Amino acid sequence: MSDVLAPTGEPPPARARRGGGAARYALNKVGGALLSVAMIVVLGFLLFRALPGDPVQTMTRGRPVSAEQIAELQARLGLDRPLPEQFLRYLGGLLRGDLGVSYTFNVPVTQKIGERIGPTLLLVGVGTVLAVALGLWLGARSAWRRGSRFDKAATGIALTLWSAPTFWLGLLLLSATGGLFPSGGITYPDTPPDFLSQALDTAHHMVLPVLTLVAVVYAQYQLVMRSSLVEEMTADHLLTARAKGLRDDQVRRRHAVPNALLPTVTLVFLHLGLVVSGAITVETVFSWPGLGLLTYEALRGPDLPLLQGTFIVLAGAVVVMNLAADLLYRVLDPRVRAS
Amino acid sequence: MRVRRWGLGGVAVVVALSAGMAAGAPAAPAAARSGSTLRVAVSQEVDSLNPFLSITRTGTDILRANFEQLTTASADDLAPEPGLAERWEPSADKLTWTFTIRAGARWSDGAPITARDAAFTFDLMLRDGVARTANGNYVASWESVSAVDDRTLVVKTKTPQATMTALDIPIVPEHVWSKVADVGAPPALPMVASGPFVITEFKESQYTRLTANKSYWRGAPKIDHLDFVYYKNSDAAVQALLSGEVDLVNRLTPAQFDRLAGEPAVERNNAKGKRFNELIMNSGAADDTGAPIGDGHPALRDPRLRRAIAQAVDTRTLVEKVWGGYAEPGSGYVPPLFAEFHWSPPPELARPFDLGKANAALDAAGYARGGDGVRVDPVSGRPLAFRLMGHAGTNFDEQSAPFVKEWLREVGIAVEVRMVSDTKVNEATTAGTFDLAYSGWNGNPDPDYILRLQTCSARPDAQGKGATPDSFLCDPVYDALYAQQSQEFDRAKRVELVKRMQRVLHEQAPMVILGYDNVLEAYRKDRFAPFQVSPDPGGVIMNQQSYWGYYSATPVAMATGAGRSTGVVLGVVGGALVLAAAGALVLARRRRSTADERE
Repeated sequence: MSDVLAPTGEPPPARARRGGGAARYALNKVGGALLSVAMIVVLGFLLFRALPGDPVQTMTRGRPVSAEQIAELQARLGLDRPLPEQFLRYLGGLLRGDLGVSYTFNVPVTQKIGERIGPTLLLVGVGTVLAVALGLWLGARSAWRRGSRFDKAATGIALTLWSAPTFWLGLLLLSATGGLFPSGGITYPDTPPDFLSQALDTAHHMVLPVLTLVAVVYAQYQLVMRSSLVEEMTADHLLTARAKGLRDDQVRRRHAVPNALLPTVTLVFLHLGLVVSGAITVETVFSWPGLGLLTYEALRGPDLPLLQGTFIVLAGAVVVMNLAADLLYRVLDPRVRAS
Repeated sequence: MRVRRWGLGGVAVVVALSAGMAAGAPAAPAAARSGSTLRVAVSQEVDSLNPFLSITRTGTDILRANFEQLTTASADDLAPEPGLAERWEPSADKLTWTFTIRAGARWSDGAPITARDAAFTFDLMLRDGVARTANGNYVASWESVSAVDDRTLVVKTKTPQATMTALDIPIVPEHVWSKVADVGAPPALPMVASGPFVITEFKESQYTRLTANKSYWRGAPKIDHLDFVYYKNSDAAVQALLSGEVDLVNRLTPAQFDRLAGEPAVERNNAKGKRFNELIMNSGAADDTGAPIGDGHPALRDPRLRRAIAQAVDTRTLVEKVWGGYAEPGSGYVPPLFAEFHWSPPPELARPFDLGKANAALDAAGYARGGDGVRVDPVSGRPLAFRLMGHAGTNFDEQSAPFVKEWLREVGIAVEVRMVSDTKVNEATTAGTFDLAYSGWNGNPDPDYILRLQTCSARPDAQGKGATPDSFLCDPVYDALYAQQSQEFDRAKRVELVKRMQRVLHEQAPMVILGYDNVLEAYRKDRFAPFQVSPDPGGVIMNQQSYWGYYSATPVAMATGAGRSTGVVLGVVGGALVLAAAGALVLARRRRSTADERE
């Protein structure tokens, strides 16, 4: 995860240098990612077996249940089997793409995750795009006019929002807008089923959660962009560009910003991996039916198959995004290629 | 100049995005629906709409509106009253029950409801373990079930069963479910219903929509739709009530409830709850063979110590300070909501809060104070230092624990408070690895289940699993009374036995009953007439033992049209904003490009 900035391993032998470098680099990274996934799979099983709490106990608590029923339930869930056997079943299922059946919801975990991943991607995807755009724009402007009133105000606001508790901010927005936007969910039950109505209703429902999400995350993009651009502004090639007669605006857009973007791109990708799980608080405040909320619910059982499933998906997303960042970084930055 | 350009462009982007979203609103939330939909906010997800699997509060509440049961709990006092069964009769030996199914009742698809549907449902539960998941306990001691004819259902049980008139089991239509291959699968929608509403749509973790059952035998409901909308966050649900997005909310906190007091459009319902909250004391945890398990403090096996602890806890203060007055102070084991079975200690047995008396009782019992003021158990020689385990994140536990700790300190008992996850509390209290712990249960119209929690048979296996114990009391007198009441069919005699059991619990004091918290509900009185509460008076609208609350929903005639125009206005304003923003963006870009070309 942290080797994004580091050049890859040992220098390749001279003969393989021309074509083999890129392939070897990619293979290395893909191999590492696969290893990570394998570890996630094992960890996903062991980690949740160490959780306190007996799922059957939780499921039967508070209602009249006989000892026979409990035994029957345990057998049905496979919890009466020895741990190694449970592990083999889990592995076997995983290879067939079967993550088991949720204890709480009585439906296959893959189906459950499939239902929830869409809303999360929609919410967090839109939120991230807006936050990145806003953050980069504000950051670039602040850096270019650093010390100005705009810079001070923008940085101050960003830091304030960044440190505001998401939960509180969400509720504040909810009561401040006073019923102008829906207070939860993704659609109303009586919205007509045609695509346009559904899409508009969803957009309407998205306003507050997206706003909250953007407000609390854009600061990091703004600050990283600002500091890397400030660093870039003293570079010699900008002087050259100015000497060529380019206008200030063009110097910034064509020469300073592209270089300053590199650290930010890294940050964006690292965060994209966490995006899938990152919206848990926003999802809770606005009852958004996403993966974050599902994970939270699964923990309470503990609903082991569901926990394993969400863990694999969330951790897998981080691995995949890191891999993407590694590969893309090589494309973006000639220096990595050269090494 | 440049500053203006950038600023304009940026503002344009933001305005365009948010206005585009706002314009998406077909109408203002409050006006987006017709007057005959009751929209209910629920704080819990539906676990399953499969009537054989659903166990959660919300799932069973919805299913009760869809499936009529053999009997239902009366609105007034929760006593069994006819549902699908018109009448019922036990045999002389109490082993054979004959239910007469009402004539003329129909499923929502038009098919007649017969005794064969009930027989099919119960028989499926006897045959198939999956079908027993939710309600298997009711049929555990059944021998057989059969439909003699379309209107006569006969159930034979192995032992007399007092809960036969309160079978909380949805009866499913045979003509639909006999074709279902996997009993555990989510059922097809719309459901074929026998209750006042039909489940027509389910969006998981979002909402469940029910539609009025026009062929309901009591008569169709007065509303067209009943929506249960899931709100993970209760503050958001309150906000939704205020903005008119939902009409009915329950499980409010005292603070939320107080805040709604001045709202002209909102009516509040401060209902008696069916839950009792208790502080259990590890009175000697043991497994089902009687072998000791866990690591409870040995001194807690002494009833004199437990009684002194009970006397040192001021339940009135807890009600005032922690529950904001929205609770009743603890008395008997069965909550006062179930007035028939509730027992309250008479004055000569009561132990009103009195630290002096508690101290005196402990002195008399030989628990002398050590140098640090903490008393010492004369038998084990250990100081009276107890762990108090509570549920992290549960308001009542977290706020009341400091009070308990302080009161007990004053009687020479040291308490270490530990707030842990719910599962951790459940695990520890089942395995006996606790001294004092918060607990609590929901009572039912039939007290059998909560009474059983204190019997010897509620103890777990040697691993601390496989059962649900509470205080680990295993008292021969109590158990004998329990066995007697479960086979007593004379209501008055059974009530008497249940009260005697509560007296035993009071004297043995394996727990301190802390109080019964009220259920706080609120609804839009500008849209709905008062609902039928159950029990009446003082009961709840939602999560009843039946469906009276939802079935009674009556819309207040309201002026229509206002909603439409709000929607139109919003749409027009949103559209204008989008256009303006787009225009500004174009303008900004054009000026930028001309500026670039100028150099």
